[in-house]
Amino acid sequence: MKNIITLPRPAYIISSATVAGEEEFSGPLGESFDFHSVDEDTFGCDTWEKSESEMQRRALTMALSKAGLGNDRIDCIFAGDLINQCSASNYGLLSFDLPFLGIYGACSTAAEGLLLASSVCSSGLCGYAAAVTSSHNASAERQFRFPLEYGAQRCPTCQWTVTGSGAFIVSAEKADSCPAVTDILIGRAVDAGISDANNMGAAMAPAAADTLIRYFEDGGEKPDMVLTGDLGYEGSSILCDIMREKGHDISGIHADCGLMIFDREGQDKHAGGSGCGCSAVVLGSVIQSNLRAKALKDVVFVGTGALMSPMSIQQGQNIPGIGHLVRIKAEV
Amino acid sequence: MDINKKAYAKYADSRAKKSPIVKDCVKAFLFGGAICTIAQVLKDWYGTFLSDKDSGTLVGVTLIFITALLTGIGVFDRIAKHAGAGTLVPITGFANAVSSCAVDTKGEGFILGVGAKIFTIAGPVILYGISAGVVYGVIYYILKALGVL
Repeated sequence: MKNIITLPRPAYIISSATVAGEEEFSGPLGESFDFHSVDEDTFGCDTWEKSESEMQRRALTMALSKAGLGNDRIDCIFAGDLINQCSASNYGLLSFDLPFLGIYGACSTAAEGLLLASSVCSSGLCGYAAAVTSSHNASAERQFRFPLEYGAQRCPTCQWTVTGSGAFIVSAEKADSCPAVTDILIGRAVDAGISDANNMGAAMAPAAADTLIRYFEDGGEKPDMVLTGDLGYEGSSILCDIMREKGHDISGIHADCGLMIFDREGQDKHAGGSGCGCSAVVLGSVIQSNLRAKALKDVVFVGTGALMSPMSIQQGQNIPGIGHLVRIKAEV
Repeated sequence: MDINKKAYAKYADSRAKKSPIVKDCVKAFLFGGAICTIAQVLKDWYGTFLSDKDSGTLVGVTLIFITALLTGIGVFDRIAKHAGAGTLVPITGFANAVSSCAVDTKGEGFILGVGAKIFTIAGPVILYGISAGVVYGVIYYILKALGVL
């Protein structure tokens, strides 16, 4: 089994664009998003699922325009989301009329997409590839929990699905000041015995730990930052505990997109943000700009996902987690 | 990854922050109590021009109407977030369970959306509530026939 896969040549993230909802915009990172909703997260659509598709369309349109590329230059789009059959991606990216591969990695989709896009560009199979993902709080609540207007209470370990979409354009051609993906590590699904859908952080933390342990034990260098997708408060502290126990203390360099995107207490977001859009908008905005500005030089990004469905939960199955690793360097 | 699932689940459960039960109970008591007080005031008022039975029915109808309205305009869930069992246990909880499903599924049409999914949450309550009622009725009938009651 391969652990770290070093790409034959670096794959440059030549542009990224982010679209966020109103709650996300009013969070600590609000100003760094490229576009945000001004109409209660509907994005001008009459159903939440269409709103999510519209976010993806806008994100990719902006990413292409930032990269100065016409639609026809993209050789492959890797896109996914949380809605049944990845329909937010299927419909949202339909109008681009481009080669399209739908992917599903639950909330790890941003990492999975970036990992695949980097691989096909690095190997020379594609000139330009795009990785797009999204989640919408309303469409996710409907599918995974309760109707939006249902008066339920949330527990302290619950996470809040982020309304947001991120698009990344990757190319093997070196571009000035663009960060590059140099290494990847494909995660393994880990069933740690958690069956509580209200504690996703605990379900995903062992998978993130598994990926990071494989990374470090395969000789992976300690980066400036270990960035996890959406472990939230609960999962982040469990991850740091496991890593310390295994002899790889990351507590000083660890950050989690789910903890960065909201003011947990002030915005009443319990254990933090989650969803495909969570890591996509944080990575595509503030992390990208810090890498471009060389404020961050070496980021190990582990997109985390909980691989369950509402039906598997009802049937009493555990929630397996997964963590895909993408190492992004500011200068190569 | 080697992991002792039982031990890990226990560890995750033990470290997870628990809901503030006392605070939740006090809030539920106050909200639930307030709803019941409003209902009693309404009943007394309706009682001035209706029979006791009819005024009771009208109180239920009033609370259901108010809940459905608050659900439709997106306010109910913000109250219920604090009230918890205080809004869940009275008839307001049932009304919200039905009306929130109706609001949520209208995008899928009136047959396969609203029609098929309106009782997604309330369905179990209806099914087992009516079933329990039937069982109770049969027992009551037998005991009455035997002269026990």
